[in-house]
Amino acid sequence: MTTAQPIAAPASPEFAPDRPGVPEAARESLIRARGLTKKFAEFVAVDAIDFDVAPGESFGFLGPNGAGKTSTMRMIGCVSPITGGVLSVLGMNPAHDAALIKGRIGVVPQQDTLDMELTVRENLIIYGRYFDLSRREAGRRADDLLEFVQLTDRAKSTVESLSGGMKRRLTIARSLVNEPDLLLLDEPTTGLDPQARHLLWDRLYRLKQQGVTLVLTTHYMDEAEQLCDRLVVMDKAHIVAEGSPRELIDQYSTKEVLELRFPVGVLETLGTELDGLAERIERLPDRVLLYADDGEAAAAAAHARGLRPETVLVRRSSLEDVFLRLTGRSLIE
Amino acid sequence: MTAVARPLPARRPSMTGGARQVFEYKAMVYRRVWRGSVFSTFLSPVLFLAAMGIGLGSFVDGGNAIASLGGVPYAVFLAPGLLAAQGMQTAASESTWTIMGGFVWDRTFHGMYATPVSVAGIVFGQLAWVTARLTMVATAFFVVMLAFGFVGSPFGVFGIVASVLTGLAFAAPITAFAAGQKNDSVFSMIFRFFITPLFLFSGTFFPIEQLPLIIRPIAWLTPTFHGVALARGLSLGTLDPLGAVVHLGVLGLYIVIGAACALITFRRSLSR
Ligand SMILES: Nc1ncnc2c1ncn2[C@@H]1O[C@H](COP(=O)(O)OP(=O)(O)OP(=O)(O)O)[C@@H](O)[C@H]1O
Ligand SMILES: [Mg+2]
Repeated sequence: MTTAQPIAAPASPEFAPDRPGVPEAARESLIRARGLTKKFAEFVAVDAIDFDVAPGESFGFLGPNGAGKTSTMRMIGCVSPITGGVLSVLGMNPAHDAALIKGRIGVVPQQDTLDMELTVRENLIIYGRYFDLSRREAGRRADDLLEFVQLTDRAKSTVESLSGGMKRRLTIARSLVNEPDLLLLDEPTTGLDPQARHLLWDRLYRLKQQGVTLVLTTHYMDEAEQLCDRLVVMDKAHIVAEGSPRELIDQYSTKEVLELRFPVGVLETLGTELDGLAERIERLPDRVLLYADDGEAAAAAAHARGLRPETVLVRRSSLEDVFLRLTGRSLIE
Repeated sequence: MTAVARPLPARRPSMTGGARQVFEYKAMVYRRVWRGSVFSTFLSPVLFLAAMGIGLGSFVDGGNAIASLGGVPYAVFLAPGLLAAQGMQTAASESTWTIMGGFVWDRTFHGMYATPVSVAGIVFGQLAWVTARLTMVATAFFVVMLAFGFVGSPFGVFGIVASVLTGLAFAAPITAFAAGQKNDSVFSMIFRFFITPLFLFSGTFFPIEQLPLIIRPIAWLTPTFHGVALARGLSLGTLDPLGAVVHLGVLGLYIVIGAACALITFRRSLSR
């Protein structure tokens, strides 16, 4: 692979793509997994998955609770030994070079690990010290990062007094203190309100533009669509599909979806009336989804058959539909 | 593809595995509470030495106990024992809830382990910090002893070292134990069934020769007995070299085995 110029100046001043010492493998793919497996005793949490993450891309794991997303992220982050297969991160082996790899990645874990007794700024400084930054440099970066995540005015507050969204922003700021090449984000915005999520997305998008490779997990389709160039859908320890959000939708769903909601009780009585109205029909507990490239036409056809739903909605297919198709289940139950 | 991998670091991870930074972290947390802590650090020996040494002492010294105490006033017998036993108390309170909290409450150890800081860095940074705390507390205690005039000989000052070693002989194994706990109710049991009985029956308040013969060997196995004997022998000037070697050996064994176990339990909790 030849390397193009990054969009913006990279975060690291020592940027030099052709510098000798950068393993060839890391220039090709920052993360490479083949048959990657994680077992807890007999339980298989990740079952022989294959994936590659290229430098500069943002890559997502989309899947429901228990799919194995966190287990995978922890193996990449070198805090969970792999049970089987091959894993290389930044061209190195997590089993041997954990400290070197960890020095070049940033981690936003699913559960925060902030120190509640220290202030916001102290949390950033001590984290910088763990990466062997001088106190002065850690302080300088702490101030920049507080600016970046808009927490400057809370610098002296204890973490305990922050809202959930602010804590998450602080965790993201902290993960950037070593100017990582690779950022691992495990459900970065779960539990946040829409405004806080949009702010975080904006910050992550800027990082991506600076050339930072993002790997994230989520069970929000909109998050995956917003942030991921490419993603894999995980379910029950397996990867069930892979592609860009657009490709996945094109491959596994139709252009549009017609959602019909019926009055209570009517849905159960519907038999063959829906047959043939769409390429594919999904019956959910509260509504019917008809997959068709032309939603309006399908709606008209349903009306012509005498169906009188309470509400009719035509929308574009989303990753949620892909997920439903692949697993027979909704992402968020 | 629009971007590239940036170069790998020229710098190797630090030799100490980040123990220095972990120590620094503990100091940073302590800085927020040190004022209150300094007060209690001095207050507790003042209260103990006043009540036990002067109050109880005048009562004991009135009888014929002085002979069995080696011919010194009770307060002078007691003070170095308390100095050592205090190390155990400090170590236990610094190595229970805070350790478990670092794994299951605010999870700060997991945060450290996501960085180049290694398991050994976390364990030794933590133990180094406990060593520093033990030194502070023992020094304060010794200053109060001195002020009360309860120090028997100039070698008594090495009782500070005995106290620190006694503390570490508890801190290391308790830290190892606490790292695997998911529930903190067990810690109050440690205090009730280990720390308090050891405080009372390991020779701190009376020579263990006063104990029934069958339970004396149990006292010999405890770090508290050896720490107390070491501190007292130094303060009263009665320590014989062989005794010193045995006491140091037992304390050292607890520290080394405890630290080795802590490396195992910390790894088990962090790297799953
Ligand atoms: N330490 C562990 N010991 C035993 N089982 C575990 C452990 N960690 C995870 N598991 C199991 O492995 C499976 C995958 O868990 P994982 O946390 O990777 O899922 P996830 O995709 O991140 O889910 P979520 O969306 O809920 O975060 C689950 O069934 C979980 O119970
Ligand atoms: Mg998870």
